[in-house]
Amino acid sequence: MEVAKLTDVTRVYKIGEVETRALNGVSLTIGNGEFTSLVGPSGSGKTTLLQLIGCLDQPTSGKVVIDGKETTNLNRNQRADLRKGTIGFVFQFFALIPTLTAYENAEMPLLLNGKNAAERKQRVMELLKAVDMTDRAHHRPDQLSGGQQQRVAVARALATNPKLILADEPTANLDTENGEQVMEIMKKLNKETGTTFVFATHDPRVIKYATRVVTLQDGLITNNGKASAK
Amino acid sequence: MMNYFKMAYRNLGRHRRRSILSGLALAMGTALLMFIAAFFQGEMRSSMETTLRLNSGHIQVQDADYDPDKLSVAWEYLIENPEQVAAQIEAIDQVRAATPRLFASGIVSALDESIGVQIMGIVPDSSANDPYRQLVSGEFITADDREGIVIGYPLAESLGLKVGDQLNLLVNTSEGNVDEQKFAVRGIFSTGTTAYDKGIVLLPLAKAQAFSGAGNHASIIFILLKDREQADVVAAAIQGSGYQVKTWTELNELLVLVNDFSNAYLMIINLIILGVTATVIVNTLLMSVFERTREIGILSAIGMKGRQVVTLFLAEASLLASGGITFGSLIGWALSAYFGKVGVYFGDLGISNDMLLQDRIYTYLTLESAVNLIITAFIITVLASLYPARMASRMEPVEALHGN
Repeated sequence: MEVAKLTDVTRVYKIGEVETRALNGVSLTIGNGEFTSLVGPSGSGKTTLLQLIGCLDQPTSGKVVIDGKETTNLNRNQRADLRKGTIGFVFQFFALIPTLTAYENAEMPLLLNGKNAAERKQRVMELLKAVDMTDRAHHRPDQLSGGQQQRVAVARALATNPKLILADEPTANLDTENGEQVMEIMKKLNKETGTTFVFATHDPRVIKYATRVVTLQDGLITNNGKASAK
Repeated sequence: MMNYFKMAYRNLGRHRRRSILSGLALAMGTALLMFIAAFFQGEMRSSMETTLRLNSGHIQVQDADYDPDKLSVAWEYLIENPEQVAAQIEAIDQVRAATPRLFASGIVSALDESIGVQIMGIVPDSSANDPYRQLVSGEFITADDREGIVIGYPLAESLGLKVGDQLNLLVNTSEGNVDEQKFAVRGIFSTGTTAYDKGIVLLPLAKAQAFSGAGNHASIIFILLKDREQADVVAAAIQGSGYQVKTWTELNELLVLVNDFSNAYLMIINLIILGVTATVIVNTLLMSVFERTREIGILSAIGMKGRQVVTLFLAEASLLASGGITFGSLIGWALSAYFGKVGVYFGDLGISNDMLLQDRIYTYLTLESAVNLIITAFIITVLASLYPARMASRMEPVEALHGN
């Protein structure tokens, strides 16, 4: 069963008169429960591919199907709805809302999904425990280290039990110890919950955890990889 | 919804000084508007009350050919047996007081100074003359006083007169001649309206009639009602042949017009000042949108819809508006209450009898106008903030995520 399926996807950015072809007829299928790395040099199209899978952007041509839903013709709100229930994000920069505590950041997707206070509290405490952040629940991002912030971001990404978590260079701003910690947590959650993870990275520390490595170059997939048990 | 306000409150707290300054701008705007509204209302109320009380009354009965601008005491322009007519009118339920008044033009002179005045013959006992009983010194004239006169304080000041002094009064008589007599100043009054007080002297009606040759006649019957809204009803009840009956709205067309337009003036001033203060709020929110572009992208990425982003920014605007308007309303109310007691002194504004103003204007703020202003200020602020809110909601998440 696939979580994401991209067929002949092209994404062209136009700045003034200049056209940049970020993806050029890419087809890719992400299966349920995969722990996949998208690798390739800068400008190869990793982030663009991740954004298209995450319904943050729309392809110039081609078809993107997420969790069985064709997304190409969805409007802004419909895409937001799909993201809200199906996809979680972990970004390279520590993308927490600075005015909210760790607890409140992890709670935000549940609020947007209309969960009641009791459900939210139970779920957030579970998540903070899973990422070992219970003792920092009421700290704001500026009171947390980079690694701690990224762990909270992972907790937030998992809040609504999404089928798919997309992470763009999740360890790029972390030292080795914190990077390893974050990857260990994500790997553990992948195994325990069966949640699918897709990373855009060129960090060998991330690649070594992947069960599948997809290589991109100049907007094309040069190696589709094969899922392996790790 | 509470969560939006919680987020909004914390977002405003990020740049506390900027938020406070924006709120203060709105507070100052609201306070200023509330004070202006109170001043306008106080001014209009004072003008209306003073003009009706001193000059026009609620209804006047005049001879059909009477022209108030000429001050003629020729019999054909006057009402005959005026005390009898006034007594009949005073018997009407809605009438508080009806009294004859005779107007003649004259010149007062004392020492080597002369000033043109309006001579008003009155029935001293009538309650309609209460405004003139506010005496600075001396006592009020009586009906049978043949040599006494009451003058206004500014006139006494100009001529250097005090109670007991003699003045010389010239009058234009009914036959077109000029007569002259000495009078003793019995009392000096002050109605609080310098422009009016410096141009009028009071004589007992009988003396004024005899002095001007008006016989048993008066210029008008001056009528005060228990409720001025009853003017049309009472006027209809006293219509008689040979007389014209005019209500206060007919007698004060300019004043009624100014009063009607005052709300429109006030609304224009409101819109200008609120427009400026709303711009400050919009500017604050726009800066906030630009600073938080990436954050908006994150919220959008985790599923926040456009209308929820709009709600978040509107919550911020509402909090700013609530704080600023509440603080401003308190200041505005305090200013209005203070100047409602002590008044704002303007002195002699030199306004004509068509629109009299007291020397000191007392601000007057009604609950209705305060509430209207608060609601208008709130709505304008929130409406203005729709622009930055919609701008934030329309950001594409992928572009916003790459913002600052």
